[in-house]
Amino acid sequence: MYQFTYHQPADLDEAVQLAASAADGSYLAGGMTLLPTMKFRLASPSDLIDLGAVAALRGIADEGGRLRIGASATHAEVAASALVAERLPALAGLAGRIGDPAVRNRGTIGGSIANADPAADYPAALLALDAEVVTNRRTIAAADFFTGFFSTALEPGELVTAVRFAVPAQAAYRKAPNPASRFALVGVFVARHADGARVAVTGAGQFAARHPAFEAALDASFTPAAAAGVTVDEAGLMTDLHASAAYRAHLIGVMAKRAVAAC
Amino acid sequence: MATDPSASIALRVNGNDVEGHAEARTLLVDFLRDTLRLTGTHIGCDTSQCGACVVHLDGVAVKSCTVLAVQAAGREVRTIEGLADADGSLHPMQEAFRQHHGLQCGFCTPGMVMTAIELAQSAEPLTPERVREGLEGNICRCTGYHNIVQAVLAGAAAMRQ
Repeated sequence: MYQFTYHQPADLDEAVQLAASAADGSYLAGGMTLLPTMKFRLASPSDLIDLGAVAALRGIADEGGRLRIGASATHAEVAASALVAERLPALAGLAGRIGDPAVRNRGTIGGSIANADPAADYPAALLALDAEVVTNRRTIAAADFFTGFFSTALEPGELVTAVRFAVPAQAAYRKAPNPASRFALVGVFVARHADGARVAVTGAGQFAARHPAFEAALDASFTPAAAAGVTVDEAGLMTDLHASAAYRAHLIGVMAKRAVAAC
Repeated sequence: MATDPSASIALRVNGNDVEGHAEARTLLVDFLRDTLRLTGTHIGCDTSQCGACVVHLDGVAVKSCTVLAVQAAGREVRTIEGLADADGSLHPMQEAFRQHHGLQCGFCTPGMVMTAIELAQSAEPLTPERVREGLEGNICRCTGYHNIVQAVLAGAAAMRQ
């Protein structure tokens, strides 16, 4: 990888100031995507601002009826958290199946959503759980956060500090993992909120998105059979070396049905 | 703290205080192998897939090809060289790999053993399925995994004794 200057700020203010004064700075969370990307020389930031020592980004807590997960929480921490297991077991299960154990020990929720990989698991959870993304500047609804292929609403220098999840009556996530990387070939997160169902799909399109047809079907009848009755259009879905758009469309139906059955 | 663009870092490796020069971009695995000459930690894929480079950083299994050396400054690293006793007697997990023929060419073994030790320390009881799940980030191209799974189960049992 190309040379860069490494910084380890002690707190949030210092981290944000370092990013603002860098020529082309990048925050470093777990580094599970950023460091490999830098090795390939697909990214070459002038400065890396390591968030590892920033205490304000840590912690998992109940906050006004929502579950707040600090941006630096690793996938392993979310998977092992007694509070997440009690309040949102579907989210704990999702975190425990990202990548592999060593990746889960380093990768963080904040890094994952800021990176917005179209096959990452967390984006589906954020959309189905009406999450709020808290940054150093504002609060962004999950619906407004993911804006495209590896794209988010984050502005230059803006830093995710936490994610606040709504806690629905029931929720489940099912994915067909790529057997090599464990990224989602297709992942479907289903949640049953007081005001209706949310169904969010990751891995299938350019970025994670809710699927209104499934939500309407589940609002009428929250059953696996209702999910199985939805026809998924392959238009707009990805075709790559792992799967065709038609296969992904099929998997969306299968994963949605399984997720509803698991609720 | 800013490192620009290279500096000396101090850390603890296998119980010893060590110090060495590292550029900001130096990977932990390269620092271990090239600077400290601890070549038991292997570089297989260099893209965080294969797990040959797994070491423990403050007791947690990490892929050292995807951690910067400078991120380990002031912290504790344990590598495959740090497992056996001073008299050369093997760690229970190493001994189990030997007894159960959990290796053929041996290239993946250091990472397998380091991952297996963390797995064995988890509170839940191990089953063959859990071992296979726990080894998802470690690739072996020789064995077909069967004997590795047997070795990890035996090693975990021995560690609990």
